Amino acid sequence: MTERTKIDARGAYCPGPLMELIAALKLVQIGDEVEVWSTDKGSVKDIPEWVAKVRHELVGVTQENGYWSVVVRKAK
Amino acid sequence: MAKKILIVGGGLAGTIVANGLCRQLRHELASGAVTISMLGTSDVHLYQPGLLYIPFGRMRESELFRPQRKVLDRRVPYAVDPAKYIDVESKTVATQSGKTHSYDYLVIATGSRIRPDNIPGMVEGGHWFYDLDGAKKLRDALAAFQGGKIVVNINVPHKCPVAPLEVTFMLRDYLAGRGLMDKSEITYTYPIGRLHTLEPVAAWAVPEFERYGIKSQTFFNTKSVDPKAKTITSEEGTTLNYDLLITVPPHSGQAVITDSKLGTGGWVPTDRNTLLRDGSKNVFVVGDTTNLPISKAGSTAHFEADTIIDNLASLIKEDRWARSYDGKVFCFVETGLNTGTYVWFNYTTPPNPGPPSQMIHWFKLAYNRLYWLSARGLL
Repeated sequence: MTERTKIDARGAYCPGPLMELIAALKLVQIGDEVEVWSTDKGSVKDIPEWVAKVRHELVGVTQENGYWSVVVRKAK
Repeated sequence: MAKKILIVGGGLAGTIVANGLCRQLRHELASGAVTISMLGTSDVHLYQPGLLYIPFGRMRESELFRPQRKVLDRRVPYAVDPAKYIDVESKTVATQSGKTHSYDYLVIATGSRIRPDNIPGMVEGGHWFYDLDGAKKLRDALAAFQGGKIVVNINVPHKCPVAPLEVTFMLRDYLAGRGLMDKSEITYTYPIGRLHTLEPVAAWAVPEFERYGIKSQTFFNTKSVDPKAKTITSEEGTTLNYDLLITVPPHSGQAVITDSKLGTGGWVPTDRNTLLRDGSKNVFVVGDTTNLPISKAGSTAHFEADTIIDNLASLIKEDRWARSYDGKVFCFVETGLNTGTYVWFNYTTPPNPGPPSQMIHWFKLAYNRLYWLSARGLL
């Protein structure tokens, strides 16, 4: 497993945190993790919803100082 | 010794940077204290947003191109000699012809490219308008279309974030104008759980889709296309039939970026405010090729370029930093063949598009012609 890919999408309205995550997952290997930082509260719902639909693995969602960190592991 | 500024990429971002630096560093250029040169892949400059109008017969091919030599300041030597390897350690760029260019400051402006080949069956089954050949092929397919199911399929990542809705509404108006809307069904697919990544734009689009009877399938990330069966299938497990597939293909950066090990997928890690390559003090990155989580759009390229011009000129003239890029993006949105709106935002100001109007559509049509002033650094 390579180092976790980090996306700082704080203040990013377009393409937005979930689109950035989807793009990033295409570039990593199965088993690799992508961490997205987002100031958009909707991401905390949208990202896990999509991850469940495509059956990747939601590693965790944590609230930091002014943003959320969502970590996803590529499962397929 | 002269400070050498090398710009790799002759698209909008690189061209604005070159022209703006010529203006701000005109004394240094005249005295020989600074040289600015550019490497590109073509002797013509393409107005990319114009490609959207080609399939609907609203612009002609010749209107999209100008010789790069006429758009670029005459003080900038320009070579159609694509970069093959960018070595930021030795501060050199090797080209396809075998030459090596050294630099003191590098501006990477290599843009992005469509990769329909990244989805099985997409090249054979899909149509797109993101390059000239694709736009012409789609134009011919639409001209021959006599009714049926059209899937407008959006993939991630892509440049021009509003193009998905623009092409859908323009398509609807086009079919209605030909009296084909009663015999046709448009289904729009989008990768996330709403019609557009910008929430206000998505909210505006919902009643418009309902009004025009446009169907949608959200949470649709394309897995494959079957060009024989004419079906498209998503990672989420949905399969749609089509008679005509119009796709916004996934994009990547250029091969030179990955070959030079400057960024996965061709996207160069870039500081969101300074626009310096992460880890570099003398390499700027501008336009589509950054890895920044912001729109890949002409306006982004333009505002980023303006920031780099100010900073690079300030570093050379005054040995100090000028300002930061604030994440500004501004996009016109065609909402059909006769109306339009616009949306702008930056890192701290959310988008808030206004209602569509004919006037804003006319401004966009005007900008289709005024673009060349932007490229020349005049607008």
